[in-house]
Amino acid sequence: MKTLELRDVNLKFGGLLAIDNLSLSIEENQIFSLVGPNGAGKTSVFNAISRFYDINSGDINLYGRSIKQLKTHELASVGVARTFQNIELFNNATVLENLLVACHSRKNTNFLSELLFLRKVRNQELEYRDVVEKVIDLLELQPYRYKRPSELPYGLRKVVELARALSLKPNLLLMDEPGSGLAVEEKQDLAFWINDIREVLGITILLIEHDLNVVREVSDKVAVLSSGKLIWTGKPCDLEKSNRVVEAFIGE
Amino acid sequence: MSGLASGCVYGLVALGFVLIYKATEAINFAQGDFMMFGAFIIIWLANESFLGLPFLFAIPFGLVIMALISASFDKLVLQRVAGEPQIVIVILTIAAGFILRFFAGVIWGYEPLSLETPIVGKYLSLGGVVLSLAEIGVIVLTVMFTITLYIFFSFTKMGVALMAISQNQLAASHVGIPVRKLQSFTWVLAGIVAGSAGILYASKGAVDPSVGLIGIKAFAAAVIGGFGSLPGALLGGLVIGIVEPFSARFIGSGYSHLMPYIILLLILFLKPNGLISQVRSKKV
Repeated sequence: MKTLELRDVNLKFGGLLAIDNLSLSIEENQIFSLVGPNGAGKTSVFNAISRFYDINSGDINLYGRSIKQLKTHELASVGVARTFQNIELFNNATVLENLLVACHSRKNTNFLSELLFLRKVRNQELEYRDVVEKVIDLLELQPYRYKRPSELPYGLRKVVELARALSLKPNLLLMDEPGSGLAVEEKQDLAFWINDIREVLGITILLIEHDLNVVREVSDKVAVLSSGKLIWTGKPCDLEKSNRVVEAFIGE
Repeated sequence: MSGLASGCVYGLVALGFVLIYKATEAINFAQGDFMMFGAFIIIWLANESFLGLPFLFAIPFGLVIMALISASFDKLVLQRVAGEPQIVIVILTIAAGFILRFFAGVIWGYEPLSLETPIVGKYLSLGGVVLSLAEIGVIVLTVMFTITLYIFFSFTKMGVALMAISQNQLAASHVGIPVRKLQSFTWVLAGIVAGSAGILYASKGAVDPSVGLIGIKAFAAAVIGGFGSLPGALLGGLVIGIVEPFSARFIGSGYSHLMPYIILLLILFLKPNGLISQVRSKKV
């Protein structure tokens, strides 16, 4: 079953075509990587899927239903979560609070019951704490629960952002360059976690990554973008066999 | 006591600044004028010389009008310039202040007016100390208001969402928080806070269209308290409210108006993040 399908998507910024007639489909429980040189339009694809940009034409379907009309904040409720190239965390909140905020978007209690902290509110809080603790265990964030992002090294902040996305209990996770700025050992952990997220949580992953070692290690399928156009799709082991891909990355 | 009461009003206006800043990252320089307009609306609804509605009916009615004015300003003006640089919003709020002062003058005149509340002119004698009931009322209501807002921001879903927006709008929208809708709600809230400050100001003194300029003092209060902190805004307001009468007594009444800005400069030199800092230092 197709989790996500992009059909003839075009995105223009003035005269610049950031996404040029792009069609992609990502199967359920697949790890799909989007690679390409800088400026290829990879993050624009993410911004189009997460409804940060309005596409000029084409359609984006999630489980067969168009999400073109949804607003960014509505995506969380249909099961789409995202991490960012430049880490976007709530910097005055602790790691635990960062994760709990993600759960709060699912809260269905009213103002009065929240003020009185009624049983329904208490139960929901316990349920959210349970979800968050499972994510903390999965990503080994136990020692950092009460730390603020500014107290953590860069690599851990990336993990916290990933943990916050997982706390939304998504079906589809968009990861924008999770490996950038990480040390070699951290990238190995990342590859391990990406596989774990799919295996343990059953989440479909769309990944943008520059490090082709990580891409090869985790992906089921890879798509290569250049100047907003899809120039190649295939298995990660065949990536370097394509002349067009090599040309796009290192020139003719 | 009078200083505390004035400080409460400064604090409430400062609270309005902070609310808008937290939700939208913009500064509403018309917050003081919103307070002034709110004061006039309540006077117009409640005073015998105008509509003379029952006081307990006039207050919620007046606050609803202020909420509508504030929401309309957001809907009709600010949402149209969404995405423009912050300076555009700053200039628009300054312009809104001028417009409100103009309309207040045209509608209600330039003579000072006071709100006729059931407790105006009544006093409470405690062990030989005579306290104005209106001033006690101002202090009690401000404390209640601040506690309510604190509970709202700390314990409700909407309050938590607003705190998240104040820290990172992009991240907030991606965890399912309707940023734009909540920003509009914050304008409604800021309108109610401004209206409440107006009621308190008008019940303890006289209002004319130029009193909105205390917004500048309230802005100083918000910075002194640590811009972005709700309790800080109230604390900054209280500091200014208390220092003003003391400096008038010991230095001279003319100088008392300078004191908020002198304190502001001192705070910026000595504790640039304000009394209740919202910026956390990083250990390296």
